[in-house]
Amino acid sequence: MSRRAVITGIGVVAPGGIGREPFWDMLTAGRTATRRITLFDPTAFRSQVAAEADFDPAAAGLSPRQIRRMDRAAQFAVVSAREAVADSGLDLANTPPERIGVSIGSAVGCTMGLEEEYVLLSDAGRHWLVDHSYGVPHLYGYMVPSTLAVEVAWEVGAEGPTALISTGCTSGLDSIGHGAQLIEEGAADVVVTGATDAPLSPITSACFDAIKATSPNNDDPEHASRPFDQDRDGFVLAEGAAVLVMEEKTAAEARGAHVYGELVGFAGRSNAFHMTGLKANGREMAEAIKVALDRARLAPASVDYINAHGSGTKQNDRHETAAFKRSLGSHAHKVPVSSIKSMVGHSLGAIGSIEVAACALALDRQVVPPTANLRTSDPECDLDYVPLTAREHRMDVVLSVGSGFGGFQSAMLLARSGAVEYGGDRR
Amino acid sequence: MTTADLQTARITTATGLPAPGQAGASTAAPVITGIGVIAPTGLSTEAHWSAVLAGRSAIGRISRFDPTPYPVRLAGQVPGFAAKEQVPSRLIRQTDHWTHMGLAAAEAAIQDAEANPAELPEYELAVVTSSSSGGTEFGQHEMENLYQHNPEWVGAYQSIAWFYAATTGQVSIRHGLRGPCGVICCEQAGGLDAVGQARRLIRTGSRLVVTGGTDASLCPYGLTAQLSAGKLSTVQDPARAYAPFDEHAAGYLPGEGGAMLIVESAESAAARGAGQGYGRVLGYAAGFDPAPGSERPPALRRTIAEALADAGVEPSAVDVVFADALGVPAADLAEAEALAQVFGPRGVPVTAPKTLTGRLYGGGAPLDVATALLALRDQVIPHTTGTAAPAPGIEIDLVLGEPRHQELTTALVLARGHGGFTAALVLGRAD
Repeated sequence: MSRRAVITGIGVVAPGGIGREPFWDMLTAGRTATRRITLFDPTAFRSQVAAEADFDPAAAGLSPRQIRRMDRAAQFAVVSAREAVADSGLDLANTPPERIGVSIGSAVGCTMGLEEEYVLLSDAGRHWLVDHSYGVPHLYGYMVPSTLAVEVAWEVGAEGPTALISTGCTSGLDSIGHGAQLIEEGAADVVVTGATDAPLSPITSACFDAIKATSPNNDDPEHASRPFDQDRDGFVLAEGAAVLVMEEKTAAEARGAHVYGELVGFAGRSNAFHMTGLKANGREMAEAIKVALDRARLAPASVDYINAHGSGTKQNDRHETAAFKRSLGSHAHKVPVSSIKSMVGHSLGAIGSIEVAACALALDRQVVPPTANLRTSDPECDLDYVPLTAREHRMDVVLSVGSGFGGFQSAMLLARSGAVEYGGDRR
Repeated sequence: MTTADLQTARITTATGLPAPGQAGASTAAPVITGIGVIAPTGLSTEAHWSAVLAGRSAIGRISRFDPTPYPVRLAGQVPGFAAKEQVPSRLIRQTDHWTHMGLAAAEAAIQDAEANPAELPEYELAVVTSSSSGGTEFGQHEMENLYQHNPEWVGAYQSIAWFYAATTGQVSIRHGLRGPCGVICCEQAGGLDAVGQARRLIRTGSRLVVTGGTDASLCPYGLTAQLSAGKLSTVQDPARAYAPFDEHAAGYLPGEGGAMLIVESAESAAARGAGQGYGRVLGYAAGFDPAPGSERPPALRRTIAEALADAGVEPSAVDVVFADALGVPAADLAEAEALAQVFGPRGVPVTAPKTLTGRLYGGGAPLDVATALLALRDQVIPHTTGTAAPAPGIEIDLVLGEPRHQELTTALVLARGHGGFTAALVLGRAD
């Protein structure tokens, strides 16, 4: 029997809900967490809307030292990891540390810390030769995003393979795919994996303003994230993290762990077309979906729910709709598709892991989260996007996809525990 | 280290069986068929190699900006790199210096491998780079624009130039590589992890992977950030500032650049008539140090043992070790102890040509891999400059003074990254 990876613990820091259950309640209620930016004064920006996490690091259990040392993205990751480990019921203190791996994704690393320190050391941009003498000791930790994986490894006592995966907006799917691979190949028995991003700062807002990728719907922030809707006008920037505990399947079953789902297929492809542009036909995302299905030995018709990338940009939602049709054929019209970015926004690299967490909870509870704010579908987006209201639905297999800058396309399949038979070793 | 120790070491080999529907999946050791170097030591593989064998240091006073206000004024800069000649002009404007060098190195590596991506199956061509700090200089300029003016002054390319995936994305687009794309950030260790990931991709259906990395954070904010970690050497003599394992070791110097490598499935290389190229990737392992304050030992000894077990080679079969060589006394001692535990005191020749370039972060380990492959090709161990002699208690056979000519079959490359990342890669000579 080949080694397989299952999810046994989930931790989430998301806009509108700190913690797994508040997060799930929010999704199933169809509530949106997008609002006018409060983390800085957004007046000068084209897009003044974001999905912010109401996160208090001290209340979340971090020590003053940790709070001083860690960028907000690291704080999110560590708090999520703690919740995931507790949820798994694993006794990590009695797990050999070298058998515990870490795989964390992040698109932009410790941007907030880097920007705040830059403003200080450059005297608000006045000096190209920034003043090093006031640099905080952990400034280097902000410059290298690997710090995010370091903090999680220290938190859980991991000494096995540890990595920070940074493939832009597919980071959160790719990091979990990498984590599963560590278990499958035998490099680790337990992997703490997920992604984090805290990009809500002036430089991030400015760079997405510059390419008009984010929604300028400043008059109606609660309804600004409108995936698949004909009135959509860009994505809504967000922050957050989700971290999972993944274990080798037989070990998890032997200890009687609650298994949310099994990672049965993962694949990445790239369009080699444009850093930010997408071809309308969805060809490479469709290929990633097909390869993930092939690896899981599943037919297109076995997909019971698609958690879409659904960013709410004009081009993404059409690209993705085309990719689903291209990969699943007529089944694309039968399977419910939804985008939780309508509620929690687009937290760049983190969102892929937040969406996998949502998929695991959807499988576990047999409820599909809705696409909020979807009043009138774009005529070119003609699938069942589960508008406004969550839906009870029988699911054995769910698909989560991501699409990002660089042309990267990723697809991941999760299966409900015991729902999918492989007929022996998966080759 | 005994054979019994080796047998108990965890074997990190994947099951290696091809996934369904993937004709390209490969189980044989992947081969490295192309090298592209853009480094302080040279703008080509052979220029780099001759500088290394001559012990010609590329350490000098920083010239990309005026380093006078900073306690560290020395670095390994890439001399004479003309982006205009090596990178399409449109991409120069859209990307950071780090990506310029990455694009140039990737193109050189693909040419060196004599691979034509257009003739190969597009979805079996992958890219995995290591990146440590992203487009720092570009980012500093755009933050200056933002804070000296207003958001409208921030350019459209900030969104694609600063983030850590910029190089992988641009390489994929430029060469039409539509397979899996990856970016690994494990500071200086990331380059070995990228090669390890390239091997995973080859085992799951990719046939050719552009891997390696470059880094460039030699701008004022980048240097300031590096200074904050307290590991840079403030010694002002370029010949002595970075002297790992020496009793006067006082930290390391930073550098820029790196190398790109073409890692290819053995079957694919054979089908193209590329043979075994420069050598084979025999083994890889990664580990992580215990959290600060732990009494547990660092991960290096175990990681070396796992990489050797993965490669199926005994310690006695290793002919040379390319050390991480941080230049910080406690870290040097820990590395020497791990090597003595695995190979015995002075049990294997050890070298660290990285003193010629400084530490290149995401680009450092790929350049070490390139250097190790050239050593295997030419049967010569390049020497370590800067270090006069191993400090008391450093029980390693450090190759000093001049290159050592001897038969070389197997090389071990080590890398450690800030915070505890640890990786080991075993390379075999082409048959």
